[in-house]
Amino acid sequence: MKTIRIGAGAGYSGDRIEPALELAQKGKIDYLVFECLAERTIAIAQKAKLADPSKGYDALLAERMEAVLRVCAEKGIKIITNMGAANPQAGAEKTREIAAAQGLSLKIASVSGDDVLETLKSGDIKITETGQPAASMSNVLVSGNAYLGAAPIVEALEQGADVVITGRVADPALFLAPQIKEFGWAFDDWEHLAKGTAVGHLLECGGQVTGGYFAEPGRKDVQGLGRLGFPIAEVSEDGSFVITKVESAGGHVTTDTCKEQILYEVHDPKSYLTPDVTADFSQITFTQEGPDRVRVAGVTGRERPATLKVSVGYVDGYIGEGQISYAGPGALARAKLALEIVQERLDIIGLQSSELRFDLIGVNAIHRDVLAPQPEPTEVRARVTGRCESMKEAVRIGNEVETLYTNGPAGGGGATKSARQVVAMLSALVPRAAVTPRIQIIEVQS
Amino acid sequence: MKLFDIAHSRTGDKGDISNISVIAYDEKDYARLATHVTAERVKEHFKGIVHGDVVRYELPSIGALNFVMYEALGGGVTRSLALDPHGKCLGSALLALEIPDSDA
Repeated sequence: MKTIRIGAGAGYSGDRIEPALELAQKGKIDYLVFECLAERTIAIAQKAKLADPSKGYDALLAERMEAVLRVCAEKGIKIITNMGAANPQAGAEKTREIAAAQGLSLKIASVSGDDVLETLKSGDIKITETGQPAASMSNVLVSGNAYLGAAPIVEALEQGADVVITGRVADPALFLAPQIKEFGWAFDDWEHLAKGTAVGHLLECGGQVTGGYFAEPGRKDVQGLGRLGFPIAEVSEDGSFVITKVESAGGHVTTDTCKEQILYEVHDPKSYLTPDVTADFSQITFTQEGPDRVRVAGVTGRERPATLKVSVGYVDGYIGEGQISYAGPGALARAKLALEIVQERLDIIGLQSSELRFDLIGVNAIHRDVLAPQPEPTEVRARVTGRCESMKEAVRIGNEVETLYTNGPAGGGGATKSARQVVAMLSALVPRAAVTPRIQIIEVQS
Repeated sequence: MKLFDIAHSRTGDKGDISNISVIAYDEKDYARLATHVTAERVKEHFKGIVHGDVVRYELPSIGALNFVMYEALGGGVTRSLALDPHGKCLGSALLALEIPDSDA
Protein backbone atom coordinates (compact mmCIF):
# COMPACT_ATOMS: atom_id res chain seq x y z
CA MET A 1 0.00 0.00 0.00
CA LYS A 2 1.30 3.44 -0.92
CA THR A 3 2.51 5.51 2.06
CA ILE A 4 3.72 9.10 2.27
CA ARG A 5 5.37 11.08 5.06
CA ILE A 6 4.32 14.65 5.79
CA GLY A 7 6.26 16.89 8.19
CA ALA A 8 5.01 19.98 10.00
CA GLY A 9 7.69 22.68 9.79
CA ALA A 10 6.00 25.28 11.98
CA GLY A 11 3.15 25.59 14.45
CA TYR A 12 2.73 29.35 14.16
CA SER A 13 4.31 32.29 12.35
CA GLY A 14 7.04 32.97 14.90
CA ASP A 15 7.98 29.34 15.50
CA ARG A 16 11.52 27.88 15.69
CA ILE A 17 13.17 27.29 12.32
CA GLU A 18 15.75 24.52 13.03
CA PRO A 19 13.13 21.77 13.55
CA ALA A 20 11.93 22.27 9.96
CA LEU A 21 15.45 21.87 8.62
CA GLU A 22 15.88 18.78 10.80
CA LEU A 23 12.70 17.30 9.28
CA ALA A 24 13.93 18.00 5.76
CA GLN A 25 17.37 16.52 6.46
CA LYS A 26 16.49 13.52 8.62
CA GLY A 27 12.71 13.02 8.48
CA LYS A 28 12.52 11.06 5.21
CA ILE A 29 9.54 13.25 4.38
CA ASP A 30 7.82 13.79 1.03
CA TYR A 31 6.11 17.05 2.02
CA LEU A 32 7.06 19.85 4.40
CA VAL A 33 4.11 21.97 5.51
CA PHE A 34 4.38 25.32 7.29
CA GLU A 35 1.18 26.53 8.98
CA CYS A 36 1.95 30.12 9.94
CA LEU A 37 -1.26 32.10 9.69
CA ALA A 38 -3.16 32.92 12.87
CA GLU A 39 -6.51 34.68 12.60
CA ARG A 40 -5.15 38.14 13.14
CA THR A 41 -1.87 37.69 11.24
CA ILE A 42 -3.59 38.16 7.89
CA ALA A 43 -5.23 41.43 8.94
CA ILE A 44 -1.87 42.81 10.01
CA ALA A 45 -0.33 41.54 6.77
CA GLN A 46 -3.10 43.26 4.81
CA LYS A 47 -2.11 46.57 6.39
CA ALA A 48 1.53 45.92 5.43
CA LYS A 49 0.46 45.24 1.83
CA LEU A 50 -1.52 48.50 1.67
CA ALA A 51 1.63 50.37 2.73
CA ASP A 52 3.85 48.48 0.24
CA PRO A 53 2.34 46.26 -2.52
CA SER A 54 5.44 44.03 -2.54
CA LYS A 55 4.84 43.10 1.13
CA GLY A 56 2.02 41.42 3.02
CA TYR A 57 3.48 37.92 3.22
CA ASP A 58 4.81 36.32 6.41
CA ALA A 59 7.70 38.18 8.06
CA LEU A 60 9.72 34.96 8.41
CA LEU A 61 9.01 33.59 4.89
CA ALA A 62 12.43 34.53 3.56
CA GLU A 63 14.28 33.13 6.57
CA ARG A 64 12.39 29.84 6.45
CA MET A 65 12.82 29.43 2.70
CA GLU A 66 16.52 30.26 2.92
CA ALA A 67 16.87 27.53 5.54
CA VAL A 68 15.03 24.70 3.77
CA LEU A 69 14.78 25.34 0.00
CA ARG A 70 18.08 23.72 -0.99
CA VAL A 71 17.71 20.52 1.01
CA CYS A 72 14.07 20.17 -0.08
CA ALA A 73 15.04 20.65 -3.73
CA GLU A 74 17.83 18.08 -3.43
CA LYS A 75 15.60 15.49 -1.79
CA GLY A 76 12.50 16.21 -3.86
CA ILE A 77 10.50 17.35 -0.82
CA LYS A 78 7.59 19.57 -1.76
CA ILE A 79 6.77 22.58 0.39
CA ILE A 80 3.23 23.77 1.17
CA THR A 81 2.63 26.87 3.28
CA ASN A 82 0.14 29.64 4.02
CA MET A 83 3.01 32.11 4.53
CA GLY A 84 1.63 34.03 1.54
CA ALA A 85 -0.73 35.66 4.09
CA ALA A 86 -2.27 38.74 2.44
CA ASN A 87 -0.04 38.55 -0.66
CA PRO A 88 0.74 35.01 -1.90
CA GLN A 89 2.06 36.27 -5.27
CA ALA A 90 4.62 38.48 -3.54
CA GLY A 91 5.55 35.57 -1.27
CA ALA A 92 6.08 33.38 -4.34
CA GLU A 93 8.17 36.08 -5.99
CA LYS A 94 10.36 36.37 -2.89
CA THR A 95 10.76 32.58 -2.85
CA ARG A 96 11.74 32.66 -6.55
CA GLU A 97 14.46 35.21 -5.74
CA ILE A 98 15.83 33.00 -2.97
CA ALA A 99 15.76 29.88 -5.18
CA ALA A 100 17.59 31.76 -7.96
CA ALA A 101 20.22 33.06 -5.54
CA GLN A 102 20.78 29.47 -4.35
CA GLY A 103 21.04 28.21 -7.95
CA LEU A 104 17.96 25.99 -7.69
CA SER A 105 15.42 25.08 -10.39
CA LEU A 106 11.90 25.12 -8.96
CA LYS A 107 8.25 25.62 -9.85
CA ILE A 108 6.61 27.93 -7.32
CA ALA A 109 2.82 28.27 -7.16
CA SER A 110 0.77 30.92 -5.43
CA VAL A 111 -2.85 30.30 -4.44
CA SER A 112 -4.97 33.41 -3.98
CA GLY A 113 -8.62 34.37 -4.24
CA ASP A 114 -9.37 34.14 -0.53
CA ASP A 115 -9.65 37.94 -0.25
CA VAL A 116 -13.36 38.85 -0.05
CA LEU A 117 -13.01 42.31 1.53
CA GLU A 118 -14.81 44.06 -1.34
CA THR A 119 -17.67 41.53 -1.16
CA LEU A 120 -18.02 42.26 2.57
CA LYS A 121 -17.99 46.04 2.04
CA SER A 122 -20.63 46.06 -0.68
CA GLY A 123 -22.78 42.99 -0.04
CA ASP A 124 -25.36 41.97 2.55
CA ILE A 125 -23.17 39.44 4.37
CA LYS A 126 -23.76 39.42 8.12
CA ILE A 127 -21.17 39.21 10.90
CA THR A 128 -21.74 35.94 12.77
CA GLU A 129 -21.03 37.31 16.26
CA THR A 130 -23.18 40.47 16.01
CA GLY A 131 -25.76 39.72 13.32
CA GLN A 132 -25.01 43.13 11.80
CA PRO A 133 -24.18 43.55 8.08
CA ALA A 134 -20.42 43.66 7.48
CA ALA A 135 -21.03 46.62 5.14
CA SER A 136 -22.17 48.73 8.12
CA MET A 137 -18.62 48.65 9.50
CA SER A 138 -16.87 49.21 6.17
CA ASN A 139 -15.04 52.29 7.51
CA VAL A 140 -13.11 50.14 10.01
CA LEU A 141 -12.75 46.89 8.00
CA VAL A 142 -9.15 45.92 7.30
CA SER A 143 -9.43 42.44 5.85
CA GLY A 144 -11.85 39.68 4.92
CA ASN A 145 -10.44 36.30 3.96
CA ALA A 146 -12.39 33.16 3.21
CA TYR A 147 -10.94 29.86 4.35
CA LEU A 148 -10.17 27.98 1.12
CA GLY A 149 -10.06 24.20 1.06
CA ALA A 150 -7.53 21.73 -0.31
CA ALA A 151 -8.66 21.82 -3.97
CA PRO A 152 -6.52 24.70 -5.30
CA ILE A 153 -3.43 23.29 -3.54
CA VAL A 154 -4.07 19.89 -5.11
CA GLU A 155 -4.37 21.57 -8.50
CA ALA A 156 -1.08 23.43 -8.00
CA LEU A 157 0.61 20.14 -7.10
CA GLU A 158 -0.94 18.48 -10.17
CA GLN A 159 0.60 21.25 -12.26
CA GLY A 160 4.00 20.23 -10.92
CA ALA A 161 4.57 22.86 -8.25
CA ASP A 162 7.51 22.19 -5.92
CA VAL A 163 6.46 24.97 -3.57
CA VAL A 164 2.86 26.08 -2.96
CA ILE A 165 2.29 29.39 -1.20
CA THR A 166 -1.24 30.28 -0.14
CA GLY A 167 -3.09 32.98 1.75
CA ARG A 168 -5.99 32.02 4.00
CA VAL A 169 -6.62 28.29 3.71
CA ALA A 170 -8.10 26.07 6.40
CA ASP A 171 -5.07 24.87 8.39
CA PRO A 172 -5.75 21.11 7.98
CA ALA A 173 -6.26 21.58 4.22
CA LEU A 174 -2.55 22.35 3.86
CA PHE A 175 -1.93 18.74 5.01
CA LEU A 176 -4.97 17.16 3.35
CA ALA A 177 -4.01 18.42 -0.12
CA PRO A 178 -0.88 16.27 -0.57
CA GLN A 179 -2.83 13.19 0.58
CA ILE A 180 -5.56 13.85 -2.02
CA LYS A 181 -2.87 14.40 -4.67
CA GLU A 182 -0.90 11.24 -3.83
CA PHE A 183 -3.81 8.87 -3.15
CA GLY A 184 -6.32 10.18 -5.68
CA TRP A 185 -9.11 10.57 -3.13
CA ALA A 186 -12.30 12.12 -4.54
CA PHE A 187 -13.51 15.49 -3.24
CA ASP A 188 -16.68 13.82 -1.95
CA ASP A 189 -14.92 10.84 -0.36
CA TRP A 190 -15.88 12.08 3.10
CA GLU A 191 -14.37 9.15 5.02
CA HIS A 192 -10.88 9.61 3.59
CA LEU A 193 -11.07 13.41 3.63
CA ALA A 194 -11.95 13.25 7.35
CA LYS A 195 -9.01 10.97 8.14
CA GLY A 196 -6.70 13.25 6.16
CA THR A 197 -8.13 16.23 8.04
CA ALA A 198 -7.32 14.53 11.35
CA VAL A 199 -3.71 14.25 10.13
CA GLY A 200 -3.77 17.99 9.49
CA HIS A 201 -5.39 18.83 12.80
CA LEU A 202 -2.81 16.81 14.76
CA LEU A 203 0.13 18.31 12.84
CA GLU A 204 -0.88 21.92 12.29
CA CYS A 205 0.46 23.19 15.64
CA GLY A 206 3.89 21.65 15.13
CA GLY A 207 5.52 20.78 18.46
CA GLN A 208 2.20 20.69 20.33
CA VAL A 209 1.86 16.98 19.42
CA THR A 210 5.51 16.06 20.09
CA GLY A 211 5.66 17.27 23.69
CA GLY A 212 5.36 21.05 23.47
CA TYR A 213 2.60 22.83 25.47
CA PHE A 214 2.47 19.60 27.50
CA ALA A 215 5.16 19.26 30.19
CA GLU A 216 4.09 19.14 33.84
CA PRO A 217 7.21 18.46 35.91
CA GLY A 218 6.86 15.29 37.95
CA ARG A 219 3.70 14.16 36.16
CA LYS A 220 4.17 14.70 32.46
CA ASP A 221 7.91 15.10 32.00
CA VAL A 222 9.25 15.74 28.52
CA GLN A 223 12.95 15.48 27.64
CA GLY A 224 14.71 17.84 25.25
CA LEU A 225 12.23 20.72 24.89
CA GLY A 226 15.15 22.95 23.92
CA ARG A 227 15.58 20.89 20.77
CA LEU A 228 11.97 19.77 20.36
CA GLY A 229 11.35 17.78 17.19
CA PHE A 230 8.36 18.64 15.00
CA PRO A 231 5.91 15.91 13.97
CA ILE A 232 5.71 13.61 10.99
CA ALA A 233 2.57 11.79 9.81
CA GLU A 234 3.10 8.54 8.00
CA VAL A 235 -0.09 8.15 5.99
CA SER A 236 -1.28 5.21 3.90
CA GLU A 237 -3.69 5.42 0.99
CA ASP A 238 -6.49 3.82 3.03
CA GLY A 239 -6.29 6.85 5.34
CA SER A 240 -4.69 5.01 8.26
CA PHE A 241 -1.80 6.88 9.82
CA VAL A 242 0.87 7.10 12.48
CA ILE A 243 2.22 10.24 14.20
CA THR A 244 5.96 10.14 14.83
CA LYS A 245 9.09 12.33 14.86
CA VAL A 246 12.78 12.27 13.99
CA GLU A 247 14.32 9.76 16.41
CA SER A 248 17.20 11.96 17.59
CA ALA A 249 15.03 15.04 18.14
CA GLY A 250 13.79 16.16 21.56
CA GLY A 251 10.27 15.66 22.84
CA HIS A 252 8.06 12.61 22.54
CA VAL A 253 4.96 11.35 20.76
CA THR A 254 2.61 9.49 23.11
CA THR A 255 -1.09 8.73 23.25
CA ASP A 256 -1.35 11.54 25.82
CA THR A 257 0.25 14.19 23.58
CA CYS A 258 -2.11 13.08 20.79
CA LYS A 259 -5.18 13.17 23.04
CA GLU A 260 -4.41 16.72 24.09
CA GLN A 261 -3.85 17.89 20.53
CA ILE A 262 -6.87 16.24 18.90
CA LEU A 263 -9.14 18.35 21.14
CA TYR A 264 -7.13 21.57 20.81
CA GLU A 265 -9.43 24.34 19.54
CA VAL A 266 -12.18 21.78 18.86
CA HIS A 267 -15.74 22.42 19.97
CA ASP A 268 -18.15 19.56 19.15
CA PRO A 269 -15.83 16.62 18.40
CA LYS A 270 -18.57 15.08 16.23
CA SER A 271 -18.54 18.10 13.92
CA TYR A 272 -15.12 19.51 13.13
CA LEU A 273 -16.00 21.80 10.26
CA THR A 274 -13.59 22.52 7.43
CA PRO A 275 -14.13 23.70 3.84
CA ASP A 276 -13.44 20.12 2.68
CA VAL A 277 -15.38 17.87 5.06
CA THR A 278 -17.19 17.60 8.39
CA ALA A 279 -14.89 15.37 10.41
CA ASP A 280 -16.00 13.32 13.42
CA PHE A 281 -13.30 12.80 16.07
CA SER A 282 -15.70 11.52 18.74
CA GLN A 283 -14.76 7.82 18.33
CA ILE A 284 -11.02 8.37 17.78
CA THR A 285 -8.48 5.99 19.32
CA PHE A 286 -4.73 6.24 19.82
CA THR A 287 -2.40 3.23 20.16
CA GLN A 288 1.26 3.40 21.11
CA GLU A 289 2.89 1.17 18.45
CA GLY A 290 6.43 1.85 19.55
CA PRO A 291 8.61 4.64 20.94
CA ASP A 292 7.34 7.95 19.48
CA ARG A 293 4.91 6.12 17.19
CA VAL A 294 1.17 6.52 17.79
CA ARG A 295 -1.40 4.95 15.48
CA VAL A 296 -4.63 6.86 15.02
CA ALA A 297 -7.95 5.22 14.13
CA GLY A 298 -11.70 5.76 14.38
CA VAL A 299 -12.07 9.04 12.49
CA THR A 300 -15.14 9.28 10.29
CA GLY A 301 -16.59 11.98 8.08
CA ARG A 302 -19.64 13.36 6.37
CA GLU A 303 -20.53 16.05 3.86
CA ARG A 304 -18.70 19.38 3.96
CA PRO A 305 -20.50 22.59 5.08
CA ALA A 306 -22.39 24.50 2.38
CA THR A 307 -20.74 27.82 3.20
CA LEU A 308 -17.16 29.05 3.70
CA LYS A 309 -16.04 30.78 6.88
CA VAL A 310 -14.50 34.23 6.53
CA SER A 311 -12.23 35.87 9.08
CA VAL A 312 -12.92 39.58 9.22
CA GLY A 313 -10.30 42.01 10.51
CA TYR A 314 -11.24 45.49 11.73
CA VAL A 315 -9.68 48.35 13.65
CA ASP A 316 -11.08 48.23 17.16
CA GLY A 317 -9.61 51.27 18.88
CA TYR A 318 -6.48 51.41 21.00
CA ILE A 319 -5.24 49.66 24.13
CA GLY A 320 -2.99 51.42 26.63
CA GLU A 321 -1.16 49.62 29.41
CA GLY A 322 1.19 50.22 32.31
CA GLN A 323 2.87 47.91 34.82
CA ILE A 324 4.97 48.40 37.97
CA SER A 325 6.39 45.96 40.53
CA TYR A 326 6.44 45.80 44.32
CA ALA A 327 8.39 43.31 46.47
CA GLY A 328 9.19 42.29 50.01
CA PRO A 329 6.95 42.42 53.10
CA GLY A 330 3.75 44.32 52.36
CA ALA A 331 4.19 44.02 48.58
CA LEU A 332 0.58 42.99 48.02
CA ALA A 333 -0.81 45.94 50.06
CA ARG A 334 1.40 48.41 48.19
CA ALA A 335 0.41 46.97 44.80
CA LYS A 336 -3.28 47.26 45.74
CA LEU A 337 -2.68 50.87 46.84
CA ALA A 338 -0.94 51.51 43.51
CA LEU A 339 -4.03 50.34 41.60
CA GLU A 340 -6.30 52.53 43.75
CA ILE A 341 -4.11 55.56 43.06
CA VAL A 342 -4.15 54.94 39.30
CA GLN A 343 -7.93 54.52 39.38
CA GLU A 344 -8.24 57.88 41.14
CA ARG A 345 -5.80 59.51 38.70
CA LEU A 346 -7.73 58.27 35.67
CA ASP A 347 -10.86 59.88 37.16
CA ILE A 348 -9.05 63.14 37.87
CA ILE A 349 -7.62 63.45 34.37
CA GLY A 350 -10.95 62.43 32.82
CA LEU A 351 -9.66 59.52 30.80
CA GLN A 352 -12.07 58.55 28.03
CA SER A 353 -12.18 54.77 28.08
CA SER A 354 -14.84 52.15 27.31
CA GLU A 355 -13.24 49.41 29.40
CA LEU A 356 -10.58 49.34 32.13
CA ARG A 357 -8.90 46.40 33.81
CA PHE A 358 -6.82 46.33 37.00
CA ASP A 359 -4.65 43.28 37.70
CA LEU A 360 -2.20 42.12 40.32
CA ILE A 361 0.20 39.87 38.45
CA GLY A 362 1.11 36.97 40.71
CA VAL A 363 -2.26 37.25 42.47
CA ASN A 364 -5.26 37.53 40.16
CA ALA A 365 -4.18 38.57 36.64
CA ILE A 366 -4.78 35.15 35.10
CA HIS A 367 -7.33 33.37 37.22
CA ARG A 368 -9.07 36.37 38.81
CA ASP A 369 -10.27 35.14 42.18
CA VAL A 370 -10.61 31.45 41.24
CA LEU A 371 -7.23 30.56 42.73
CA ALA A 372 -6.11 32.84 45.54
CA PRO A 373 -2.36 32.53 46.23
CA GLN A 374 -1.29 31.22 49.63
CA PRO A 375 0.85 32.32 51.28
CA GLU A 376 1.00 35.95 50.24
CA PRO A 377 3.44 36.48 47.36
CA THR A 378 6.65 38.43 47.98
CA GLU A 379 6.60 39.92 44.50
CA VAL A 380 3.54 41.51 42.90
CA ARG A 381 3.24 43.46 39.67
CA ALA A 382 0.41 45.95 39.33
CA ARG A 383 -1.05 46.20 35.83
CA VAL A 384 -3.58 48.65 34.44
CA THR A 385 -4.95 48.40 30.92
CA GLY A 386 -7.80 50.10 29.08
CA ARG A 387 -9.54 50.51 25.75
CA CYS A 388 -9.72 53.97 24.18
CA GLU A 389 -10.81 55.53 20.91
CA SER A 390 -7.50 57.27 20.15
CA MET A 391 -3.82 56.56 20.57
CA LYS A 392 -3.44 59.88 22.41
CA GLU A 393 -5.94 58.78 25.04
CA ALA A 394 -4.53 55.24 25.36
CA VAL A 395 -1.03 56.58 26.06
CA ARG A 396 -2.31 58.33 29.20
CA ILE A 397 -2.96 55.00 30.95
CA GLY A 398 0.68 53.91 30.96
CA ASN A 399 1.75 57.42 31.92
CA GLU A 400 -0.40 57.30 35.06
CA VAL A 401 1.22 54.00 36.06
CA GLU A 402 4.72 55.30 35.40
CA THR A 403 4.21 58.38 37.60
CA LEU A 404 3.78 55.99 40.53
CA TYR A 405 7.60 55.97 40.64
CA THR A 406 7.69 59.35 42.36
CA ASN A 407 4.04 59.77 43.38
CA GLY A 408 2.97 56.29 44.46
CA PRO A 409 3.66 53.71 47.19
CA ALA A 410 7.17 52.93 48.46
CA GLY A 411 9.51 50.82 46.40
CA GLY A 412 7.74 50.74 43.04
CA GLY A 413 10.15 49.55 40.36
CA GLY A 414 10.46 48.40 36.78
CA ALA A 415 7.59 50.42 35.34
CA THR A 416 6.75 49.77 31.70
CA LYS A 417 4.13 51.33 29.45
CA SER A 418 2.75 50.71 26.00
CA ALA A 419 -0.08 51.67 23.69
CA ARG A 420 -1.15 50.06 20.42
CA GLN A 421 -3.82 50.05 17.79
CA VAL A 422 -6.03 46.98 18.01
CA VAL A 423 -6.85 44.94 14.94
CA ALA A 424 -9.57 42.57 16.11
CA MET A 425 -11.27 39.69 14.34
CA LEU A 426 -14.86 38.67 13.72
CA SER A 427 -16.24 36.03 11.38
CA ALA A 428 -18.86 35.60 8.67
CA LEU A 429 -20.12 32.91 6.32
CA VAL A 430 -20.17 33.35 2.55
CA PRO A 431 -21.57 31.17 -0.22
CA ARG A 432 -18.93 29.06 -1.97
CA ALA A 433 -19.82 30.83 -5.23
CA ALA A 434 -18.52 34.13 -3.78
CA VAL A 435 -14.96 32.78 -3.77
CA THR A 436 -12.84 31.89 -6.81
CA PRO A 437 -9.39 30.47 -6.04
CA ARG A 438 -6.61 31.45 -8.45
CA ILE A 439 -3.36 29.60 -9.10
CA GLN A 440 -0.31 31.21 -10.62
CA ILE A 441 2.93 29.33 -11.28
CA ILE A 442 6.32 30.93 -11.70
CA GLU A 443 9.41 29.02 -12.61
CA VAL A 444 13.06 29.51 -11.80
CA GLN A 445 15.63 27.72 -13.96
CA SER A 446 19.25 27.71 -12.92
CA MET B 1 -8.08 15.19 45.89
CA LYS B 2 -7.72 17.59 43.04
CA LEU B 3 -8.59 16.89 39.43
CA PHE B 4 -4.86 17.53 38.85
CA ASP B 5 -4.14 14.12 40.44
CA ILE B 6 -6.00 12.05 37.84
CA ALA B 7 -6.27 14.21 34.73
CA HIS B 8 -4.41 16.53 32.41
CA SER B 9 -5.79 19.26 30.20
CA ARG B 10 -5.14 21.56 27.26
CA THR B 11 -6.80 24.86 26.44
CA GLY B 12 -7.65 26.24 23.02
CA ASP B 13 -9.29 29.47 21.83
CA LYS B 14 -11.55 30.65 19.04
CA GLY B 15 -12.75 34.23 19.25
CA ASP B 16 -14.44 34.70 22.63
CA ILE B 17 -14.80 30.92 23.12
CA SER B 18 -12.39 28.85 25.20
CA ASN B 19 -12.30 25.06 25.12
CA ILE B 20 -10.63 22.95 27.79
CA SER B 21 -10.01 19.23 27.42
CA VAL B 22 -9.87 17.16 30.61
CA ILE B 23 -8.17 13.83 29.96
CA ALA B 24 -7.84 10.95 32.43
CA TYR B 25 -4.25 9.70 32.81
CA ASP B 26 -5.78 6.26 33.28
CA GLU B 27 -8.81 5.64 31.05
CA LYS B 28 -10.38 3.69 33.94
CA ASP B 29 -10.87 7.04 35.70
CA TYR B 30 -13.03 8.37 32.88
CA ALA B 31 -16.25 7.45 34.71
CA ARG B 32 -15.13 9.52 37.71
CA LEU B 33 -14.47 12.50 35.47
CA ALA B 34 -17.86 12.08 33.84
CA THR B 35 -19.56 11.96 37.25
CA HIS B 36 -17.76 14.77 39.03
CA VAL B 37 -16.65 17.24 36.37
CA THR B 38 -19.99 18.51 35.15
CA ALA B 39 -20.64 21.57 33.00
CA GLU B 40 -22.35 23.16 36.02
CA ARG B 41 -19.27 22.71 38.24
CA VAL B 42 -16.97 24.08 35.55
CA LYS B 43 -19.20 27.11 35.09
CA GLU B 44 -19.18 27.69 38.88
CA HIS B 45 -15.38 27.25 39.03
CA PHE B 46 -14.88 29.97 36.42
CA LYS B 47 -17.45 32.41 37.85
CA GLY B 48 -16.22 35.90 37.06
CA ILE B 49 -14.23 34.69 34.05
CA VAL B 50 -16.73 32.77 31.93
CA HIS B 51 -19.89 34.82 31.35
CA GLY B 52 -21.70 32.55 28.89
CA ASP B 53 -22.75 28.92 28.71
CA VAL B 54 -20.50 25.94 29.36
CA VAL B 55 -21.17 22.88 27.18
CA ARG B 56 -19.62 19.47 27.86
CA TYR B 57 -18.76 16.93 25.16
CA GLU B 58 -17.84 13.34 26.07
CA LEU B 59 -15.15 11.21 24.43
CA PRO B 60 -15.11 7.87 26.25
CA SER B 61 -12.92 6.34 23.48
CA ILE B 62 -9.96 8.37 24.79
CA GLY B 63 -11.17 8.93 28.38
CA ALA B 64 -11.68 12.64 27.87
CA LEU B 65 -14.18 15.45 28.30
CA ASN B 66 -14.19 18.65 26.28
CA PHE B 67 -15.64 21.82 27.81
CA VAL B 68 -16.64 24.64 25.51
CA MET B 69 -17.03 27.93 27.38
CA TYR B 70 -18.73 30.90 25.76
CA GLU B 71 -17.96 34.58 26.50
CA ALA B 72 -14.83 33.38 28.23
CA LEU B 73 -12.02 35.48 26.75
CA GLY B 74 -12.75 39.10 27.61
CA GLY B 75 -14.60 39.80 24.36
CA GLY B 76 -12.23 37.77 22.19
CA VAL B 77 -8.55 36.92 21.93
CA THR B 78 -7.80 39.76 19.55
CA ARG B 79 -9.36 42.52 21.70
CA SER B 80 -9.12 41.26 25.28
CA LEU B 81 -7.45 43.40 27.95
CA ALA B 82 -6.32 40.27 29.80
CA LEU B 83 -2.69 39.39 30.46
CA ASP B 84 -3.39 35.96 28.94
CA PRO B 85 -5.82 36.88 26.16
CA HIS B 86 -5.90 33.33 24.77
CA GLY B 87 -6.87 31.92 28.17
CA LYS B 88 -4.10 29.35 27.75
CA CYS B 89 -3.72 29.14 31.52
CA LEU B 90 -7.38 28.29 32.16
CA GLY B 91 -6.95 24.52 31.79
CA SER B 92 -4.45 24.48 34.65
CA ALA B 93 -6.90 26.45 36.78
CA LEU B 94 -9.58 23.85 36.11
CA LEU B 95 -7.29 21.09 37.43
CA ALA B 96 -7.55 22.76 40.86
CA LEU B 97 -11.14 21.47 41.05
CA GLU B 98 -11.72 19.25 44.10
CA ILE B 99 -13.13 15.77 43.47
CA PRO B 100 -13.87 12.96 45.98
CA ASP B 101 -10.94 10.65 46.78
CA SER B 102 -12.93 7.62 45.69
CA ASP B 103 -16.43 6.73 44.59
CA ALA B 104 -16.68 3.94 47.17
